[in-house]
Amino acid sequence: MAEALASVVRVEGLGMIAIRADLSRAGDAIAGAAGLAIPDVTRHTTDGSRTLGWMSPDELLLILPAQELPEALSALDQALTGEHALVVDVSDARAVFDVLGPHAGDVIAKLSPADLDALPSDGLRRSRAAQTAVALWRIEGGMRLIGFRSTADYLGLILRNAAIPGSRLAPR
Amino acid sequence: MTHTPPFRLAKGGRLIDRAFQIPFRFDGRHLRGVQGDTLASALLANGQMLMGRSFKYHRPRGPIASGAEEPNALFGLGQGGRFEPNQRATTTLLTHGMVLRSQNCWPSLDADIGAVNNWLSPMLPAGFYYKTFIHPRPFWKHLFEPIIRRSAGLGRAPTDPDPDRYEQAYAHVDLVVVGGGIAGLRAARDAAEDGQKVLVLEQEAVWGGRTPVDHKDGPAAIARLLDDLRARQNVTLRRNTMATGLYDHGYLLAREALADHDPNAGIPRQRLWRIRARRIITATGALERPLAFACNDVPGVMLASAVRDFLVNHAIAPGQRIVVVTNNDDAYRTALTAAAEGLEVTVIDARDQADGDLPQAARARNIPVLTGTGIAKVKGSRHVEGVVLCAQDGDGKPTGGIDCDVVAMSGGWSPVVHLYSHCGGRLIWDDARAMFRPDPDRPPLGADGQGNVTAVGAANGDLRCAGDLERAEAATMPVWCMPKDAPYRLRAKMWLDYQNDVKVTDVQLAAREGYASVEHTKRYTTLGMATDQGKISNINGLAVLSTALDQPIPQTGTTTFRPPYTPLTLATIAADARGDAFQPLRKTAMHEWHERHGASWEPVGHWRRPYSYPRAGEDRHSAINREILAVRKSVGTLDASTLGKIIVKGPDAGRFLDMMYTNMMSSLPVGKCRYGLMCGENGFLMDDGVVARLSDDTWLCHTTTGGADRIHGHMEDWLQCEWWDWQVYTANLTEQYAQIAVAGPKARELLDRLPGSIDVSQDALPFMQWAEGDIAGIPARIYRISFSGELSYEIAVPAGRGLELWDRLHEAGRDLGITPYGTEAMHVMRAEKGFIMIGDETDGTIIPQDLGLGWAISKKKSDYIGKRAQSRSFMKDRTRWQLVGIESLDDRVIPDGAYAVDEGTNANGQRKTQGRVTSSYHSPTLDRPIAMGLVRHGPERMGQILEFPMPSGEVLKARICDPVFYDKEGSRLNG
Amino acid sequence: MLILTCPYCGVAAEETELQPGGEAHLKRVGPEGSDDELEGYLFARKNPKGVHFERWRHAYGCGKWFLAARDTATLQVYGTYKAQTTHPPADVVSEIRKSRPDWQPDWTQAE
Repeated sequence: MAEALASVVRVEGLGMIAIRADLSRAGDAIAGAAGLAIPDVTRHTTDGSRTLGWMSPDELLLILPAQELPEALSALDQALTGEHALVVDVSDARAVFDVLGPHAGDVIAKLSPADLDALPSDGLRRSRAAQTAVALWRIEGGMRLIGFRSTADYLGLILRNAAIPGSRLAPR
Repeated sequence: MTHTPPFRLAKGGRLIDRAFQIPFRFDGRHLRGVQGDTLASALLANGQMLMGRSFKYHRPRGPIASGAEEPNALFGLGQGGRFEPNQRATTTLLTHGMVLRSQNCWPSLDADIGAVNNWLSPMLPAGFYYKTFIHPRPFWKHLFEPIIRRSAGLGRAPTDPDPDRYEQAYAHVDLVVVGGGIAGLRAARDAAEDGQKVLVLEQEAVWGGRTPVDHKDGPAAIARLLDDLRARQNVTLRRNTMATGLYDHGYLLAREALADHDPNAGIPRQRLWRIRARRIITATGALERPLAFACNDVPGVMLASAVRDFLVNHAIAPGQRIVVVTNNDDAYRTALTAAAEGLEVTVIDARDQADGDLPQAARARNIPVLTGTGIAKVKGSRHVEGVVLCAQDGDGKPTGGIDCDVVAMSGGWSPVVHLYSHCGGRLIWDDARAMFRPDPDRPPLGADGQGNVTAVGAANGDLRCAGDLERAEAATMPVWCMPKDAPYRLRAKMWLDYQNDVKVTDVQLAAREGYASVEHTKRYTTLGMATDQGKISNINGLAVLSTALDQPIPQTGTTTFRPPYTPLTLATIAADARGDAFQPLRKTAMHEWHERHGASWEPVGHWRRPYSYPRAGEDRHSAINREILAVRKSVGTLDASTLGKIIVKGPDAGRFLDMMYTNMMSSLPVGKCRYGLMCGENGFLMDDGVVARLSDDTWLCHTTTGGADRIHGHMEDWLQCEWWDWQVYTANLTEQYAQIAVAGPKARELLDRLPGSIDVSQDALPFMQWAEGDIAGIPARIYRISFSGELSYEIAVPAGRGLELWDRLHEAGRDLGITPYGTEAMHVMRAEKGFIMIGDETDGTIIPQDLGLGWAISKKKSDYIGKRAQSRSFMKDRTRWQLVGIESLDDRVIPDGAYAVDEGTNANGQRKTQGRVTSSYHSPTLDRPIAMGLVRHGPERMGQILEFPMPSGEVLKARICDPVFYDKEGSRLNG
Repeated sequence: MLILTCPYCGVAAEETELQPGGEAHLKRVGPEGSDDELEGYLFARKNPKGVHFERWRHAYGCGKWFLAARDTATLQVYGTYKAQTTHPPADVVSEIRKSRPDWQPDWTQAE
């Protein structure tokens, strides 16, 4: 039996903070508190441990180890004092999956209308996987997706289905 | 003349490997083919020319074509869940142990009783059904419709679930080339040289299209092109992939057959490609047209190209003595090929002259060529036995005859223009070549308004697209009827649409009856409406119509080509979206607990909420009653996680919420909660929920379960598109929190048993306030809000810890008889209290004032969404139905939705109505039926009796009452 | 199936990633509006064969509402632009004029 196209792994232990603010005004403050540069439009920045993703013209998502969350929340709150901004913990609202393996791109191409060839190495694409919203970007060895907690079972299932052995997209 | 073996030639066969024999079953008979056979070639190899029965007259039919255009040779394929009707024998590869069943015949293909229709055919002309089954009217339902239904539809629908997997995939390319013949491959190479990302799709398992069959050096030319393309990184070559439809903005759907031929491979059987291409090249080739002569549907009459394909590709001699009948040079290739295999060949050419390279080559091989000649009639019924010849320019007087077992006909070629036409590309009639071809000046347009589809090769009308492989050819002479002046008795046997049995006379009848539009004629005669969608009949049909209407073909035009090019199964379209992947089920953090405890589910949007938790031996109704009584007497828990939770924050948040809600939210003190109503600009109620003010500039808005995403979108819409200068941010935190309602007189006692920092006493946390802290070691926010009328706390904790809190509550409350309750218990309890429910009391036409909620509409605010609309005259009409309670006069529950009748009748003779029931339950608390409803002048009519007629004729009576049935003074709220 | 480029994030999104929102540039009628104005605001919608201005939300993306100028007959997209404007911007208008020289805006720039 052939191997699966990629392994699908649910990632636990990540904290996530949604930050809404006027990025042109509050960008420096956010960058300072998050410890990462503000990403360009539809990109993300990362130091290997933390990732700061561009979600919307006035929204960023900081992803970091769960244990660093309380400190980061208060750092951001502090940095944005006096600024019109919204900083909220959304860690529990999300489900994160890694799709790992040389054919991870095939798995995504079966589920999402996003063109992966057009996705730069630091690109973050918000799109959908079949019938559920996801954000996706490249990580070492594959792709990372975040979706919603309530549909985590569905997202895991469609990712595994798309990865079934023998279903590579390259013509045979 | 009999049809005799051997049918398989001793040598040759481009696509077959004789070393591998493949057994299969056909209508119970055990037969053998070889690897590379299609079903059609395998059956022909076994001498089986009869492959089907036509739809209407059940005439015996053999294969006409060798490809996707085949109208006759359709089978039911496979068994059980893998059974599929209407599979084309000419495009389906034979696999080991395949089971084929013939269709549209009973008891068997050979002895088909339905063939009696053939003898009745003079009585079954075009429009027969329309004309016959109109009168008398009562016959329709009990006589005509059942008969028509029984005979309708070709093939039998499968009944078992499809056991195979299917999937879909997206592709994004600069150029997609549809068709892997010589024109397509060359176009792909040219684009690839420019560095474009190119995808080439070929419907067959082999590349090359007609070129390897038609030209001696064809195979080598194709091989060279493929070598070149395979060496390029920017080219993907995909075989077995049928482009089925082209849609707006360069969106192409294609079906790739991955394991059609190997159902046990464990991989998806088919893949639906959703391709986005900047540019599309259609290199889809052309299809040969039949000629219309009498009895041109007898098994053994085939397209000339099909005879050639079977000879070259599968080494099949469909017969030993072949008559080629043509109006063009190309068919001579069939004559030459057949002669080279030692078959006896005669060419009948409708043209007066045939002096091109190919006819001359035929004569040089001593093939007899009769010019200016046509076929008056084919002899034989179940198989061709010979032809009667006549002058083409005449009325069919016999001039001789030839014994033969195959007639290879060619009426010229029609470009495959389907994809070009699917999304708006126009066609032009090319008189010189007697064909519709793509109009390069009116192509389908892309998003930039520029043409994005180009046709090349035969698909563009260039039938001699193989370039230097070609030989000089003389022009095709259009022949729409053979012979030209054939009398009725011959025309009535000339088939245009083989599958649906439409003949030349049917189209002529339609024209006589006034069907001047080709689209109307199509529907009236069913020409082109069969599973082959008229691939070979379309042009002949509209040419006959044009002649009958005495107008040129371009004036008649053609019918619209629509996707799919060939049928697509529903399984392929559904792809992976079946079973658990059918749609995303949204699950709360406590979902598995509910499942373990026997929850019966209620779908609310994509959420699944426990409806109730029936215990062993308990039905749903008694479970609901038990749950309600437990809450009323002690304490219960409800998973309220699905309620929408939207944070609204910013300097202008209060002002914004004052616009969103009908009541005042800016004045809500920090720490307090307020019930709010939301309306649309049309004034009608759209959602409700409790709003809590978290801080000076932050509010948390609860929405209904179904409303969370919609209301969040609604808020963002107003913020982004109307008041974009207001400083407000929103965040939909619905999934961040698990929320548990703890309700009942013992709720406070229960919470007190859990360690925590939040004081839930009446003084510290009164009704409609919230507090923050931790409970059982979990960070939490507790809202004192109640939808049951009982002492009630809603506890929100991070979703990841929702189950932990739920478990702790149930451990701590065991001796209190703590009971999980579901949505139905919640519904009944809120109705006992007279609380409205969005979707029950509202239906998109109800304003808050109808529901006695005027108190929740601020009189101080100058504006809110829906305010202006609520001042429309009919919104202020005092006769609008208004909310009241309704109590049954006996112990029967009035059905939900029942109407209260009024005196008199309306213009339609129906009883007038004066109200309806919006919620109706048996209340276990009160042990009697309760209901709410909307009634004209309701609140002013307390104590009056309403009548609700039932479909049974019985009339239920009920009294108008206060909608609050239980604890009117609200004493239970505080425990 | 349409592809529209979101003017906020630059993503060329296909129709399934977007949520349609009907006619663009409607002017809200508040409590002071007359019955006729309200009727127009709530119910009267243009349904042209040709140039049309529409609201779309990049729902499976950055979540922003944007506006599109589109030809309902040819499906040509003349341009997409941010929602924070009361009229289509000049560059979109000139793009429309390139394909439809006869087309006239039904607003005046001064408004």
